[in-house]
Amino acid sequence: MRREVPLVLTAIVGITMIIAHFIPPLNILKNLFEDWFFIIAAFAIYLGILNLILINGDKIYKKQKGWPFGVVVILGFLVITVIGIFFSGGKSFQDPGTPFYYIYMNLYYPLSATMFALLAFFVASASYRAFRARNVEATMLLGAAFILMLGRVPIGYWISTWLGHTLANAADWIMDFPQLAGQRAIMIGIALGVVSSALRVILGLERAYSAGE
Amino acid sequence: MSGEVIGVWIGAILTLGIFSFLYKDNPFYKFSEALFVGISAGYWFVVTFWQYFVPKFWDNLALAYSELLTKGRVDYHWIYLVGGFFGVLMLLRLVPKIGWLSRWSLAFIVGTTAGLQFTRYLESNGIKQVVGTISPLLVSGNMNATIGNIIIVVGTFCGLIYFFFSKEHKGAFGGAARVGVWFLMITFGALFGYTVMSRMSLLIGRMDYLFGIWLSLY
Repeated sequence: MRREVPLVLTAIVGITMIIAHFIPPLNILKNLFEDWFFIIAAFAIYLGILNLILINGDKIYKKQKGWPFGVVVILGFLVITVIGIFFSGGKSFQDPGTPFYYIYMNLYYPLSATMFALLAFFVASASYRAFRARNVEATMLLGAAFILMLGRVPIGYWISTWLGHTLANAADWIMDFPQLAGQRAIMIGIALGVVSSALRVILGLERAYSAGE
Repeated sequence: MSGEVIGVWIGAILTLGIFSFLYKDNPFYKFSEALFVGISAGYWFVVTFWQYFVPKFWDNLALAYSELLTKGRVDYHWIYLVGGFFGVLMLLRLVPKIGWLSRWSLAFIVGTTAGLQFTRYLESNGIKQVVGTISPLLVSGNMNATIGNIIIVVGTFCGLIYFFFSKEHKGAFGGAARVGVWFLMITFGALFGYTVMSRMSLLIGRMDYLFGIWLSLY
């Protein structure tokens, strides 16, 4: 029961989704499975959030190190959730002018954008250490990144104008030919990997997801 | 002070809170980080609630219930209860004794994803890319297109050879794999360049927010 049901369920759903691609009348079943998928995915997100609240609640209850920040996590969660569900006009909760939109624009967006902007400093310091033209491969990586970055910014445009537009053209050429070739090799490789992994999962050869307690 | 001005002040203070990490880890950063975690969780809770839970589950059940009340018949929309049932099974992961039941929901998710991605990746990442690569190597009267097509075909082919690990990379095969690595390095360089530029553009956006919108220096 514990092992067999998940394997049978995966096989039935997976095979149905593949067959429905080739037999259009089966799309009714495919669409239904997709809807169920979204419902389960929503519950999976709730599971994660519930876990976050439990962990922080436990931290506060036991007065562990840094517990006041646990209070901030729970309060932040409660405020946006209550406002988003009860006081932001239902399904149009993301429309400009709603309290949810206000929180998104003045709290969520500044925090997330700054968090990712912070990475600019770490990327700069990491590249300083990692980017050394030690061999042909490293030189090609460095050269492609350098030409591309310079060819896409105003200072690169000024240099290009002085040189006769060669830098911007070089950036375009890299993107259109050698970069495209490498990208295609990666994409085809990923496709083959996904197809073989999907088959292994559907046929029950890959069971890692159904293991453990 | 208007709501908009208060919002800008809150946004600016939180922006500075995150940037304060550049000096060192401090309580101001930890507060902003904890708030970000809490607000992100709440944001995704609300988004999944209104965009998935309500339209896919609640609305369908409401429709089935109204059909039952008005026409007295059992409508097919009741079938959405199955999705809800699997969803509840997922939450049982938090109950140690019956946590194994959540594997049923996980199996459904894994099966759906495997089935969907099988055809999707085969079509868009596999077949379409192969079709795009099969192009004439000689384009009469257009030297640029000829060189470009040769680079694309050779680069893609050699890149795929590099990913083929069933044969040792030696001799001509190893040489082709090495050429494949060069193309892959150019691709990674380009991806790295774009990643740096996107982060820089976010940084410029935050600076613009602090100096232009908050302090109104320009």
